[in-house]
Amino acid sequence: MSNVTMKVNGKPVSGDVEGRTLLVDFLRGPLGLTGTHVGCDTSQCGACVVHVNGEAVKACAMFALEAEGAEVRTIEGMAEADGSLGTIQAAFQEHHGLQCGFCTPGMVMSAAALLKDNPKPSEAEIREYLEGNICRCTGYHNIVKAILAASGQDVPAIAAE
Amino acid sequence: MPKDHGIGASTKRREDVRFLTGKGRYTDDININGQAYAWFVRSDVAHGTLNGVDTADAAAMPGVLRIFTGADFEAVGGIPCGWQVTDRKGEVMLEPRHPVLAHGKVRHVGDPIAVVVAETLEQARDAAEAVVPDITELEPVLDMKAAVQGGPLVHDEIGSNLCYDWGFVEENKEAVDAAIKGAHHVTTLELVNNRLIANPMEPRVAVGDYAQHDDSSTLYTTSQNPHVIRLLMGAFVLGIPEHKLRVVAPDVGGGFGTKIFHYAEEAFVTFAAKELKRAVKWTATRSEAFISDAHGRDHVTKIELALDADGHFLALRTDTYANMGAYLSTFAPSVPTWLHGTLMAGNYKTPLIYVNVKAVFTNTVPVDAYRGAGRPEATFQLERVIDKAAREMGVDPIELRRKNFITEFPYATPVAVEYDTGDYHATMDKLLEIADVAGFDARLAKSKANGKLRGLGMNCYIEACGIAPSNLVGQLGARAGLYESATVRVNATGGLVVMTGSHSHGQGHETSFPQVIAEMIGIDENMVEIVHGDTANTPMGMGTYGSRSLAVGGSAMVRATEKIIAKAKKIAAHILEASDADIELKDGSFTVAGTDKSLAWGDVCLAAYVPHNYPLADLEPGLEETAFYDPANFTYPSGAYACEVEVDPETGKVTIERFAAADDFGNIVNPMIVDGQVHGGIAQGIGQALMEGASYDEAGQLVSGSYMDYTMPRADDLPFYTVDHSCQTPCTHNPLGVKGCGEAGAIGSPPSVVNAVVDALQRAGHTNVTHIDMPLSPARVWAAMQG
Amino acid sequence: MYAFELERPKTLDAAKAALAGDEAQALGGGQTLIPTLKARLASPAKLVSLAAVEGMSGVKAEGDQLVIGGATTHAIVAAEAALTYPGLADLASHIGDPAVRNRGTIGGSLANNDPSACYPAAVLASGATIVTDRRQIAADAFFDGMFTTVLDEGEIITEVRFPVPQAGAYAKFVQPASRFALTGVFVARFSEGVRVAVTGASEEGVFRWTEAETALSGNFAPEAVDGLSVSPDGMIGDLHGTPAYRANLVKVMTKRAVAAAS
Repeated sequence: MSNVTMKVNGKPVSGDVEGRTLLVDFLRGPLGLTGTHVGCDTSQCGACVVHVNGEAVKACAMFALEAEGAEVRTIEGMAEADGSLGTIQAAFQEHHGLQCGFCTPGMVMSAAALLKDNPKPSEAEIREYLEGNICRCTGYHNIVKAILAASGQDVPAIAAE
Repeated sequence: MPKDHGIGASTKRREDVRFLTGKGRYTDDININGQAYAWFVRSDVAHGTLNGVDTADAAAMPGVLRIFTGADFEAVGGIPCGWQVTDRKGEVMLEPRHPVLAHGKVRHVGDPIAVVVAETLEQARDAAEAVVPDITELEPVLDMKAAVQGGPLVHDEIGSNLCYDWGFVEENKEAVDAAIKGAHHVTTLELVNNRLIANPMEPRVAVGDYAQHDDSSTLYTTSQNPHVIRLLMGAFVLGIPEHKLRVVAPDVGGGFGTKIFHYAEEAFVTFAAKELKRAVKWTATRSEAFISDAHGRDHVTKIELALDADGHFLALRTDTYANMGAYLSTFAPSVPTWLHGTLMAGNYKTPLIYVNVKAVFTNTVPVDAYRGAGRPEATFQLERVIDKAAREMGVDPIELRRKNFITEFPYATPVAVEYDTGDYHATMDKLLEIADVAGFDARLAKSKANGKLRGLGMNCYIEACGIAPSNLVGQLGARAGLYESATVRVNATGGLVVMTGSHSHGQGHETSFPQVIAEMIGIDENMVEIVHGDTANTPMGMGTYGSRSLAVGGSAMVRATEKIIAKAKKIAAHILEASDADIELKDGSFTVAGTDKSLAWGDVCLAAYVPHNYPLADLEPGLEETAFYDPANFTYPSGAYACEVEVDPETGKVTIERFAAADDFGNIVNPMIVDGQVHGGIAQGIGQALMEGASYDEAGQLVSGSYMDYTMPRADDLPFYTVDHSCQTPCTHNPLGVKGCGEAGAIGSPPSVVNAVVDALQRAGHTNVTHIDMPLSPARVWAAMQG
Repeated sequence: MYAFELERPKTLDAAKAALAGDEAQALGGGQTLIPTLKARLASPAKLVSLAAVEGMSGVKAEGDQLVIGGATTHAIVAAEAALTYPGLADLASHIGDPAVRNRGTIGGSLANNDPSACYPAAVLASGATIVTDRRQIAADAFFDGMFTTVLDEGEIITEVRFPVPQAGAYAKFVQPASRFALTGVFVARFSEGVRVAVTGASEEGVFRWTEAETALSGNFAPEAVDGLSVSPDGMIGDLHGTPAYRANLVKVMTKRAVAAAS
């Protein structure tokens, strides 16, 4: 066991972990942050995407010890200070960008990473960026709409029903 | 002006708030003090004699609490099958035993052999590697036709791999044969409906708990229907009476059918928790899900459509082999029969239909219902053969369909169902409009200029959902009723809690159900709370699948609310000193007709619980009612879909350029949610058509056993869809006039995709390509173009 | 996963020392290794993360070469090589998905030599040099068949030196499920000739298509390879494509890469 210390959603945390302890298991277990999900074991589904030092990473493909000293942000840290939904979260609700909710935390974290680097992405850029996030419920239609809307862009007429 | 509340409003989903903030509570988020962890040792061969299991070394490893094998489950029942099909000769299907853990034989890769329960998950997994099953490998049988032609037996004790040979309608057979023999034109198509893996994003999880103080068991599980699991597991497997067994399905991360069924892992953790006197948790890895979740589809079909010289359909004959896999999963026998054969009429006036289905055991993962379940298989073959017939006869495929549309309702098909309502011309008209079919030629020219092939495919569909009248399905072999239930509890201050047997795993019941009740009473939607997913606090219900939640569960809720309103009116009448017949309820207020005397909803609710001025002699206090609703018929959503594709002639890659769906779902409660359901269904249908396919090698290993090889549709594989549900012919036999929308997209979309690709290739001169089996991967399409 | 010790050395010397022990294995970004560990297909006693080793990450131009540190992530290459070697940056920007690109490294990819990985094609087509903690290895001598390289146990890729071609581009046809290259072709035109490297297609791993190199050295245009044919012998056949299909893709993707580079 080794001790690891990091900041998660702005709060300093530490704990004893094994070498093999994944970041996602540290978040879900000792920290009780169960919003980050595990949907596969080949690092493809993206349900576990979190931000480490501002960058989207798959928390199932990174060891907790590798996040030593890092700033980690999870879905639990995405709401506004007053607890209301953040811009991306609100857009997902407004545009029905989620159904069962399981892929949603990863989708929101990926969307946030995209908009940080590319504040006005095109539809094609959004779709390409979500290559590592699988959703089985929505057919992606409303997720793409939500991200377009969250970026302050018009949602195309075809997508507006 | 769209409504902003109540029935017909696109109310934003209240459940989204917890899902968007990481506060959802899925089964894997549940941890019970002192819980142990289970790891399943699964067969890595497809077929073999299990001579024994050596657990000695493993049992001595750190943290191991106990290792269970098939022998531990000899005293309990096997996993039951919930549907018994009767074959052409009137004999019941062959029904093999399905042990919780393999005993004597292993029958598919993934068949559970033993389970290690240990203090930690990694300890359980370490020890599982030291468990040594002694297996003598046997030749596996994978091909269905080989299986029924003397292939190795999957189940020695039943003496055959043919589960049943079903004919429907058997009395029509001779007339169908004769009509086909004498027809002007017969189009024949042989096709495969590819095996799919449902892949809800949340893998299955089961946590068993046992309370010593009252000898009760609790199972937390990723299920679409906790009451069904409680009944099947309690009564048939473990012998736990229902009053000592609670099943909780909390937030569930998608189901798509594969979370309907009762699985061995659920029975195991419940059993083990009682044995060990501590909670036991099992969480599937995705790799494990691929070889333990029931698969879907997997039909091999020959279909023949007979037409007269004018293109009228005369007769239809189908011959299908349906893969059951190694065991009968919960509803497996019903899928290729009553959910498939009864839909073969489609939207058309075909007078004579005969469907033969041979259900076959193979050394593969069990196959059961997956989104659409039987209806996609029916729709695909019918709509593909019609397209092929149109091409062969040189007629427009839309006109050929229109010519044969059913136009008068109710309509009794030759395959035993009666469609109550529909307007197939209307959905086709709407489709042509929203798909901009008129603009196709211009888009075709553009594609050509870019060196791409372009094709347009269309199809219609009909489905039967709102499953189902219990007495009817009982006659057809169901071992369960298919009603739904709701208890509406009105609190003293006027808020309502609705406890429903329906289960939401993405469908948005927590939002859409209150829209209905709020409209009935005339109160704010936020005064209504939906409780579901826990057998301890909901009435016996049958759960969510077959697009039944609103049509059946919603109807139960309406009936219970009607009882509430009737009683509330009596209370109001007493207080207002009027006759109950004169009481009107509007906008949350009870009024005596023709007067200004009124009473607010909340006042009546309070009176029910503080019955001072109350007709106690005639009426019990309180305001809580339960209704069970058993539908009189299936509901029959229908529609028309169009797909436009581009094909890269150099690589065979198919790109979905446009996709349009015109559906008739009857009345709509929440259009936003309905759109979302259709989008998701379309994506799964496109997935089936172009990408997805479970593939076994000759040894019975699942080659497509992870997301590295099983292609899940991603955002960049799919376009925006144009969907419309303005054509509405309300269902005539349920109180909401609703039909159900959950499966339509998955049923309606595969044929239009394949029709479009074939169209693109035909237009490019590949006139020998009349069919390509799904999934139409780049490699397959390229191969088809090579001649 | 089996248990192991995880070390995060800060210097190359410390990393070398950590890797000297038995059953120690280097950890790059872990995007392939971690799933492999989860499946219990590897059982190192110790993993030595190279992420924190000073001087191992970054992109810099040195003369006519582009030098990329062994622990540089795909995302950094995509961003920082865009001006000097756009074809390489483009390749890096399409490996895996964004989250994978934020972790996966060039050194990890090359050491693993997945037969469907993208980087081997760029390295081989560019005639790059793989620099390790103990030697320099020419690309032509580095790859040694599927999942095999000439690297010794514990040898660390410290940097990769790419000669920058006059024109270079990568065309990838993705395997639909994994999104790895079903077939990917990198073409690089240098004054002394054209190099063409193919990944994803061959059972031998990445290889140079010398006939195309000859044809394109004479005429750097897509149609230059029209007359060539690729034998399906030795091509991978699987669920996603037959050997004949991959042979077709080798030619199609070569033409597309040339078109992109022109």
